Amino acid sequence: MTIVFYVIAAITVAGALAAMLLKNTVHCALALTVAFAGLAIQFLELDAQFAGFAQILVYIGAVAILVVFAILLTRGSETPKEGVFSKTWLAGLAIAAMVFAVLSWAVLNSTSSLPGDSPKPTVSVLEIGNALMGRYVLPLEIVAVLLTSALIGAVIVAKHEKGSAK
Amino acid sequence: MGHVTALQGYLLLAALLFAIGLAGALTRRNAILVLIGIELMLNAANLNLIAFWRYGPHPEALTGMMFAIFSIAVAAAEAAVGLGLVIHIYRFTQTTDLDQMNRMKG
Repeated sequence: MTIVFYVIAAITVAGALAAMLLKNTVHCALALTVAFAGLAIQFLELDAQFAGFAQILVYIGAVAILVVFAILLTRGSETPKEGVFSKTWLAGLAIAAMVFAVLSWAVLNSTSSLPGDSPKPTVSVLEIGNALMGRYVLPLEIVAVLLTSALIGAVIVAKHEKGSAK
Repeated sequence: MGHVTALQGYLLLAALLFAIGLAGALTRRNAILVLIGIELMLNAANLNLIAFWRYGPHPEALTGMMFAIFSIAVAAAEAAVGLGLVIHIYRFTQTTDLDQMNRMKG
């Protein structure tokens, strides 16, 4: 494990924690962007350049902006009087802690059949494009249909209808 | 516990991010922040996929990478529809507080 991994991991976890703990919702969205950027750098560290840049484009470029728009459209940045956590926060926290305990126990106690240090894979965008157009062309088409229907669905759902709204 | 390999390090980071996202999704009152928690969990899963692709026996087959790319695309669609639903519900109830969204009728 390199020092770069630990630094980026600390930044990512700090961003994720801030996104889930801060009171102001806009600050949460900004902290979420930090966590997404940290994950993108981890992807680049893992020699997955394409996935790293896709992460930057999709998450930092689109999803984070979408979240900020939703917060501003719903006046969600106002902190509610009853606090930001629900009444059953203790149960939720306990479930999350147990999930983490089980996952980390499984990771640390399993003997991996994989070699510890594998050679750095060299994958060009050309190979990814060939794979997307060859072996993975059916999933690609299905994702295209899904994205189109999700786009139309989101517009129809969020569209302002006069008369029906109070 | 001994030495932590590179793959285990990434898997532990992904498990921690997943737990943080799950805790947020289960405890926050604001519906948008619950969606943010779900996004964090999806991202943690993507990190797992990429880590297994990098340290797996056949990285040239691109399986894990393709899984991660498709997962990113599906997550983007999910975020758009989810936030659209939150905005629509907000128009009727004037709130994004999940504890107050306790009826199905608009």
